[in-house]
Amino acid sequence: MKILVVTEQRQGKWNNTSFETLVAAQQIAAATSGTVSAAVVGKGVTALADELAAKDVAEVLVVEHELLENYTPDGYCTALKQVIEAAKPDLVLFPHTYQVRDFAPKLAAMLSKGMVGDCIGFRNEGGKLVFVRQMFQGKTAADVTFTGAAPWFASFQSGAFRADLLAVRPGGKAPVNAAKVELKAEDIRTKPLELFKEAKSSVDLTQAPLIVAIGRGIKAPENIAQAEALAKALGGEIAASRPICDEGWLPMERQIGSSGQTVAPKLYLALGISGAIQHVVGMKGSRTIVAVNKDQNAPIFEIADYGIVADIFEVMPALTEELQKAKG
Amino acid sequence: MNIIVCIKQVPAKDAPLAIAGNWIKEADIGFEMNEPDSYALEEALRLKEKHGGEVIVLSLGPERVKQTIKEALAKGADRGIHIADDNFAQLDPLGATKLLAAAIGKEKYDLVLTGLQSDDHGFGQTGVLLAGLLNLPHATIIMQIDVQDGRLKLKRELEAGWFQRIECPLPAVLSIQSGINKVRYATLKGIMAAKKKEIAAITRESLGVAIDATQKIERIYVPTKTKKTEFLTGTPKEAAAKLVEKLKFEARVI
Repeated sequence: MKILVVTEQRQGKWNNTSFETLVAAQQIAAATSGTVSAAVVGKGVTALADELAAKDVAEVLVVEHELLENYTPDGYCTALKQVIEAAKPDLVLFPHTYQVRDFAPKLAAMLSKGMVGDCIGFRNEGGKLVFVRQMFQGKTAADVTFTGAAPWFASFQSGAFRADLLAVRPGGKAPVNAAKVELKAEDIRTKPLELFKEAKSSVDLTQAPLIVAIGRGIKAPENIAQAEALAKALGGEIAASRPICDEGWLPMERQIGSSGQTVAPKLYLALGISGAIQHVVGMKGSRTIVAVNKDQNAPIFEIADYGIVADIFEVMPALTEELQKAKG
Repeated sequence: MNIIVCIKQVPAKDAPLAIAGNWIKEADIGFEMNEPDSYALEEALRLKEKHGGEVIVLSLGPERVKQTIKEALAKGADRGIHIADDNFAQLDPLGATKLLAAAIGKEKYDLVLTGLQSDDHGFGQTGVLLAGLLNLPHATIIMQIDVQDGRLKLKRELEAGWFQRIECPLPAVLSIQSGINKVRYATLKGIMAAKKKEIAAITRESLGVAIDATQKIERIYVPTKTKKTEFLTGTPKEAAAKLVEKLKFEARVI
């Protein structure tokens, strides 16, 4: 199987999920006696291409154009369609980033193909590739197969594969070849403008050793005081899953997950958090994870070291009291 | 400004999921408006309040989907379109979007909005695919929309706290990020007014769209655990005491 990985960079900096996706590609290639090529898209990306050429890949494709300097869905779709038509891969893999979500399904559709997005793994079942992704906010997994002829398109979620397993090329570098693409200014209908960050946050959760995080189970803003009392007894910071910050119950800077902060504290105490994948990617590196949830099937328990299946409103005061006692 | 909002009806958040093959048993569970789509609807209603025009809600699914369309009408949408299809849970993202695109193609519109993703399948592809099929410019994960001189000025969310400003001509397709606004509730007056609003019913067949599946969900299942969780039992007080003990002497994190 011929696999093409479309890597992602912005302003010369890698999105590291690119390397995880390369690992996925190497593993699929090993399972199917296939080869892996990697494409890098942008302008002035030769150094990045050179870096990729040191990995165990058959070829690095440099997709360079003036109009690809800044990402646009039109520019990327038009260019990559030409690359795929020329390279004829069987499988095109992407890191499941916000940028990939923005163009890859359309790119596949331009070739009358579908995309299986946000995969967490794969299996080779007698020559047939099965992709595993999550459904129902992580409550179930799904086995998905492609129907119809190649090329097939899939993206892998951040953290699904370990970038440190990326195999380097034994002896010398892979050939780096320029992919020819034609692109006109009028192909690009949206106009990308400045990149920016909102006002710098006053709390740096990434440095907090102890975090108490609340989710939908907290039910109402007036209940947050109970979680805050618990955080205080623990000596930790309060944080939340996205819905709580969407509601404005806690400021956005306290949000953990794919669109918020990624943290890896000594202790992560998840209260009433179901464990949707968007949240889990932001905290699964925590050393010790404790989950309290009244639903024993909540996906958060899959990654928890300790679990309490109970109503958080009964556990929060009890735990606050026990912590105060312990600290005496 | 005429705005079409695509809305999906999904199993209620607290619904117990009983797996049946590659979908779930629908018999005894409740359904609700897909939460990410409720932000798209709210954004459409706000744009209408500012710029005038009409908000049309479009939904694909079995008869039960009408309830969600009615909810959108009660919140202030002007009319609804229901593409009736009892088997829609088996459509792949491209197939479902082809049906939506065919229905949208019959309307006059300036803007199409979708939510970021559905809480059931979670493909998150509808908006991007619609743009492709309708040959319109698009942008996704939108946190702010301003309309100036017939163009859209957008704020798009990127990862890790970054944002980008984008300009986009009309007509266009936008996928809205959850949390962009505060979603309104339907008022009693709105619920009464909704009774007089039109829901046009079209069948999947009448759209005459050929659909070849590109992917198939073979089965769904409860994932196997990768980590061994130690469950602490007893009364909440007992469980809390056990936990503190574990955190102190076993995990040694406090």
